Amino acid sequence: MSDEAAVGAHEVEQHETWIGPDPLIYTTSPARSPKIPGPPGRRAPELLEMTIDGVPVMVPKGSSILAACRAQGIDIPTLCHGETVEPEGVCRLCVVDSGGKVLTPSCSAKVSQGMNVNTENERVRHSRKLVLELLASSVDVDLAGPALPDQTIATYMARYGADPERFGPRGGAAAANERDERHAGHHHITDGSTAETVAQPVKIDNDLYIRDYSKCILCYKCVEACGVDAQNSFAISVAGRGFDARISTEFNVGLPESACVYCGNCINVCPTGALMFKSEFDLREAGEWRPEEQKVTNTICPYCGVGCTLQLHVQDNSIVKVLSPAGSEVTSGNLCVKGRFGFDFVQVRPKGQREG
Amino acid sequence: MDLRIADIVPSPAERDAIDGFLTPLIGPARGGWDGGAFDVAVDGRVARGGHDGRSNRTLLLPVFHAVMDRVGYISPAALAHICRRLTVPPAEAYGVASFYALFVTNPQPRAVAHVCDDMACRLAGAEKVCADLERDLGPAGHPPEGATMTWHRSPCLGQCERAPAALVTVAGETPIRTSDGPNDAARIVERLTDGLHGQDDHDPLEGPLGTAPTDERMAMLRRIIPQAGGPGLRLLARVGRIDPTSLTDYLANDGYRALRAAIEIGPERVIEEVITAEVLGRGGAAFPAGRKWASARATQAWPKNIVCNADEAEPGTFKDRAILEEDPFSLVEAMTIAGFAVGAELGFVYLRGEYPLAEARLQHAIDAARERGLLGADVMSAGFAFDIEIRRGGGAYVCGEGTAIYESIEGKRGEPRNKAARSTTAGLFQKPTVLNNVETLANVPSIILEGGTAYANLGTKGSKGHKLFSISGHVERPGVYEAEFGITLRDLIDLAGGIAGGKAVKAINLGGAAGVFVGPEALHMPLTFEHAKEAGATLGAGAIVVFDETTDILDILRRIAEFFRDESCGQCVPCRVGTVRQEELLARLAAGRPRGSVADEIALLNDLGIAMRDASICGLGQTANDALASGLKLHGVLEGVGA
Repeated sequence: MSDEAAVGAHEVEQHETWIGPDPLIYTTSPARSPKIPGPPGRRAPELLEMTIDGVPVMVPKGSSILAACRAQGIDIPTLCHGETVEPEGVCRLCVVDSGGKVLTPSCSAKVSQGMNVNTENERVRHSRKLVLELLASSVDVDLAGPALPDQTIATYMARYGADPERFGPRGGAAAANERDERHAGHHHITDGSTAETVAQPVKIDNDLYIRDYSKCILCYKCVEACGVDAQNSFAISVAGRGFDARISTEFNVGLPESACVYCGNCINVCPTGALMFKSEFDLREAGEWRPEEQKVTNTICPYCGVGCTLQLHVQDNSIVKVLSPAGSEVTSGNLCVKGRFGFDFVQVRPKGQREG
Repeated sequence: MDLRIADIVPSPAERDAIDGFLTPLIGPARGGWDGGAFDVAVDGRVARGGHDGRSNRTLLLPVFHAVMDRVGYISPAALAHICRRLTVPPAEAYGVASFYALFVTNPQPRAVAHVCDDMACRLAGAEKVCADLERDLGPAGHPPEGATMTWHRSPCLGQCERAPAALVTVAGETPIRTSDGPNDAARIVERLTDGLHGQDDHDPLEGPLGTAPTDERMAMLRRIIPQAGGPGLRLLARVGRIDPTSLTDYLANDGYRALRAAIEIGPERVIEEVITAEVLGRGGAAFPAGRKWASARATQAWPKNIVCNADEAEPGTFKDRAILEEDPFSLVEAMTIAGFAVGAELGFVYLRGEYPLAEARLQHAIDAARERGLLGADVMSAGFAFDIEIRRGGGAYVCGEGTAIYESIEGKRGEPRNKAARSTTAGLFQKPTVLNNVETLANVPSIILEGGTAYANLGTKGSKGHKLFSISGHVERPGVYEAEFGITLRDLIDLAGGIAGGKAVKAINLGGAAGVFVGPEALHMPLTFEHAKEAGATLGAGAIVVFDETTDILDILRRIAEFFRDESCGQCVPCRVGTVRQEELLARLAAGRPRGSVADEIALLNDLGIAMRDASICGLGQTANDALASGLKLHGVLEGVGA
């Protein structure tokens, strides 16, 4: 990226701590003064000097290490990071070496003056490999990856030489709701012959979306989206402790009994497919889910005056799921129950006109 | 907040427990929205928001304890009522309740025994106790239909000198909570039965030894704190000599002289003295206490807080309990000095839930001090305010971590903060906070009275003062010992009467589960922070568990691996899954069935350890591998495994 072509930081305002999506990164060589004027009324961000993989760069104060690295074209894998939710920094896949006693989670740690970051040394590679092995040995990560730059976890498993099998054969699935009843501080003593997993039956308690916690990596994003980061419904929380921690409503009641308002914003942020439209789940179960044949149509939600951007995913001339782009200025990826699930009427056509 | 809370009615006992606890603190329910009777004519026409509708989430743990004490478990109806009263979403409240081992969310009998099967108790036959209890009371946590009592296994209860230990809780109008030992199954059943029948004559302040400072009591106390009443003690000087429930006794034995002196010299000088004394934190991190105080005082944000970390849950550690139970006023005075120096008006003692006697005595001390004007709006009529609140932990080792403790006091799951700002800038409630261990604070009065320079003459170059050690396992006289920094491990063990039965030492655990194992070659090591570091060991909080030649170390290591699997908060992947994989690995080794060769297993454990240390969020995950790795390196531990 040439100096002049550096992306403008005009969107960035001065904040003590930046709580929105990562600011666009402004980079230039330290020798030049960054004199790209922002739009009227907006100030360019204060810049800091730091070193990423040996290259001196300037980055806006308040941005995350992850954003700074990605602006340099550096590929850092993430799972629990999401553009629209406050970073929790719990999956530890994005760790980098900033010279400290321990590694630094790049998604939640902010850049600082003079910081020297190494994004891919032996130490970093070791931890990423182990994190991938630990996850893949305990969780079904087949669908994980929407937040990864190249959309698939397998690439990274290969890149870091992750071998989840070395912890032994996968243990069996828990009975329905058994994991939800486990008591903190107590667990069934293992003989070590198999590697314990979070496998369990899918929770299907409504017609709109399913919860397959065999795929849950406990990234906390759905809790954040249900809570203060988007919906403020607080229908779900993390319950239990340690390996038995799980996403749960109070006393594991079904969603219809909970505070859930079916906005589906949790589905939008889920990086592993643990939360899924019922329509998508049914098609997958039937072996008829064919994303390569799907047509994605951008439109505006017809229900109210807000004007939310909808992305209709259409397969065989039927809407199979509705998303909203995380980058949308109107929605930041969030919708309400009507925009998200209220699409049936589109598909109700007079008899005789349904095919073709 | 617009909350959806299930419309279920709490039982009279639940309502009593919840409102009886909350009403004095936050007032009665104002209407149907926050837990009162719903009257549509009134409640249909009000909207509360802003300050009026704020959440009182910080009271969540205390009110859970109130329900546990009264009813024995937290039902959906009780949770719903709590959520209305405190304005907390039910899913979040459930997330908190289910995080803590001492909170139970399904019906269980009123009388419950928590039986310790950790290191010291294991050596003393805890497995036999558990097997007998299983025979008498049914499987742990699964009582037969209609049973009046049940039992659970528990991590270290901090009663290692009287192993095997058990905490007995009996819920009711006069709840009973006692922690004692040694026990066999019959004694535990007897304690449970007594608890169910004899609630009237239970005095929580008494404890097994009573309180009056008689010769007889001193003799009994020496079985717990063998140096009690002896010469040369600083931290334990008053132990056994005074009635721990008598402020008069405390005042007659130098009590509150230090606070008076502190008020005379002023807060800046107090902090200077503490800095000069070079007193390092005794909770394990060894951070200079004076620097914390200075930094918190300098931060321009109010209100400031003092938090005393009394969540002494590190296996093999029970030294803070000695101060809390036997000299509670000294902690009250020390915290008041800290509050005065830093400019804080409120102090919290985060006390582990398994220390009922310590809680009763400390609460009594706080109340007595408040009554005498030594706490409150105008302490000693010196023009500053300070008060102390006890927060009872819920059975979560991780809450001893420096930021999880704040989360827990704030009424959240005890998950360590990830992007932690410095405590002295944004700690508890995001306000400047000084977090000190009980023992660290216990050093403060003598520093003020003698001056920091005199204090700094004690100990060694890098470790000033005296240290409390919790010694347990295969020694003649397990207990809490005080010694000057620099005493060798051998001399300390000799102080405890040497190895029981004249056997040889096989291994010594330093610092508990988060610590390391050393072999007999380390006996010459002087116990200081610097020598421990040099030897690749740690002092931690001063736990020393001694294992003789007959010990099955693999069994101990396996128990430690189980401990970390239970106590990981579950937030980050390296710790949440890593602790499970460690336990599985140790189980294979202990069963003599390694996957591949023993060397393969050691390599795998090492790989896990590096990632857990490098990539875990907090100290729990970062140290969860140390004891296992060091233990497996001991001579002869892996002999015969997989051969």
